[in-house]
Amino acid sequence: MENKQELVQRLKEQIIKQLKLEDKKPEDIGDHDPMFVEGLGLDSIDALELIVLLQQEYNIKLKSAEEGQDVFRSIDTMADYILEHEGK
Amino acid sequence: MQITSAVIVREGIVVKDASVVFRSTETGSAFLNAAYEALEVMYPRFYKMDLLSKTGTVAVDALLKERTDLEHWRPEDTGMVLSNRNASIEADVQYLEASKAYPSPALFVYTLPNIVIGEISIRYQFKGENAFFISETFDADWMHWYVTDLMQRHLLKVCICGWIDVMDERPEACLFLVEQAPSATGQHFTVENLRSIYNKNYGK
Amino acid sequence: MSKEQTVYIGGIGVISAIGNNVAENLDALVSGRAGMQAMQRLQSVHKDTLPVAEVALSNEALAARAGLPDTVSRTALLSAVAAKEAIADAGIECSKWRTGFISANSVGGMDKTEDFFPGFLEDAGSGDLKMVVNHECGAVTEVVADALGIKDFVTTISTACSSSANSIFLGARMIRQGVLDVVVAGGTDALTRFTLNGFNTLMILDQEYCQPFDENRRGLNLGEGAGYVVLVSEEVAATLSKKPFCALSGWCNANDAYHQTASSPTGTGSLLAMKGALKKSGLSPAAISYINLHGTGTQNNDIAEGTAIATLFEGNYPPMSSTKSFTGHTLGASGAIEAVYAVLAIREGLVFPSLRLQTPMKDLPFSVTTVLEKRQIDHVLSNSFGFGGNCSSLVFSRAALNHL
Repeated sequence: MENKQELVQRLKEQIIKQLKLEDKKPEDIGDHDPMFVEGLGLDSIDALELIVLLQQEYNIKLKSAEEGQDVFRSIDTMADYILEHEGK
Repeated sequence: MQITSAVIVREGIVVKDASVVFRSTETGSAFLNAAYEALEVMYPRFYKMDLLSKTGTVAVDALLKERTDLEHWRPEDTGMVLSNRNASIEADVQYLEASKAYPSPALFVYTLPNIVIGEISIRYQFKGENAFFISETFDADWMHWYVTDLMQRHLLKVCICGWIDVMDERPEACLFLVEQAPSATGQHFTVENLRSIYNKNYGK
Repeated sequence: MSKEQTVYIGGIGVISAIGNNVAENLDALVSGRAGMQAMQRLQSVHKDTLPVAEVALSNEALAARAGLPDTVSRTALLSAVAAKEAIADAGIECSKWRTGFISANSVGGMDKTEDFFPGFLEDAGSGDLKMVVNHECGAVTEVVADALGIKDFVTTISTACSSSANSIFLGARMIRQGVLDVVVAGGTDALTRFTLNGFNTLMILDQEYCQPFDENRRGLNLGEGAGYVVLVSEEVAATLSKKPFCALSGWCNANDAYHQTASSPTGTGSLLAMKGALKKSGLSPAAISYINLHGTGTQNNDIAEGTAIATLFEGNYPPMSSTKSFTGHTLGASGAIEAVYAVLAIREGLVFPSLRLQTPMKDLPFSVTTVLEKRQIDHVLSNSFGFGGNCSSLVFSRAALNHL
């Protein structure tokens, strides 16, 4: 398994691509920046896309959109969640 | 009632009030992205939109850009009446193609033609009556009848109306800003004026 | 009431998962028989997990009733069956009057498109995808207008789930303006994998039977169907052998201007639509005898709609229910199907129940009606809210023809 730093970097690239954040680069996103409202300014449809990303790239299935609220607080919390649940 | 401004977005050009404000050899999505940047639209949600909503965002931005009185419009007095031939076919196809791997919620939300009205309403807080009609071609008579009725009954004071279609990645929009308050530069809101603005050839 | 002429409901027609005509729908509403169950006709990977509310008839059976070939989109077949019933119910000869057909749908002929797709995907080099995709929403309306023989005015509205409420008030508007005498107005939508998968990605589908306005609601069940009303001018109403008893007295459309698909927490668009419709009808909130809610059963819709109702009705809450607990959410057809139910509520003097309510929503000062209630119904408010922020409310009122 890769280390967390590599995962965080890859996640940033995947999120920019999946969410079409064409005006953002990976270095613009801080590991602990909030992803919704302030920070990256994502909305509820973006949250659903992140759920698709988890499913497609990491084979992790969230049960509800509400569950995503905790997982997607920041890139850091998302990476932790992936490391904890990947391959289970 | 007057047409206080009109914007056309077609392959290669963006025209505002009969002047070409942007010209490019790009096509489809690249053309809209180039127009977005050149016209300094500055609305990052743009990148997430389907081509229909991108076309609407560029067109309405040009339509309202120099207006300094936007905040004086009451949200309930502003609305939109749009029409096209192909509904949301471009987004439908994008969504279906992506679904081969996994259906995308962000693509699915654009698979209705009136989402472009939603996007513009969100940006400018238009909360009055809004409608989307499907017709073979731009029907100036119908558009004139419908919008006149809304304005004469004081349901709206400001209405963006017109044609907005995307087929085979070719955007094709002609939007009119219609207002009750007269302006010095406006044209009368008539079927003939709608038709002549829509039909004029602005070159390639 | 306003000085403008009264637009009467001359006839009604409906097909949904709870019945193939008005009588069967009424019977199901009265006996509390819901239409959702495990998928029967639709082929989907979600067959065993997502219940839907399908119309019982096959395409062949629908085609026979509609008098159309069964190669036509199911969306058009459903439309033709319900529209024909509405015209027959009115007992009207459309060719005698300036008649319009205003129909709404959101999926068009997608059912045909997606059946075509798998073969196409296996041999993607065989042609241009866009040339073969033939699902234009307008085509559905044209096919049915031809079958009905309506030529004077035909149009298609596509504003998501409020579409067919919008086609009904547009019809009334055109009659009041004197442009048309008779309008067959409503909407239709067939179930497709396209919408099922799409709503599934939005995570708003309930894996159980939906529970609108329940504290623990989990989402909506998709349905299919069509509904139409025959709107007539005063002049036409006076000629009908079956005297109309109900009019469309108010309507309003507004935009929520908040999110592509979600409602604002305050229900701003819903509130503007309800307020505007009451104003148009000249009624105070206290005059409303029954509200047919949009009531999809999603977390978001029900709290937004409920909050708007709490704001507008301020403590005097009429009985209300979501008949989507019977029919599922029929999208572009829902506004018109529920318009038919509003007319039935007035005719029969009934408040239809909301099914499966267990725990009323804690944040709302009212709860929905759970048992069939017999009472005088004079004015029904019917809500339809759609993606893209498009919100509509209609008011149907008891209206006798004695002033003619």
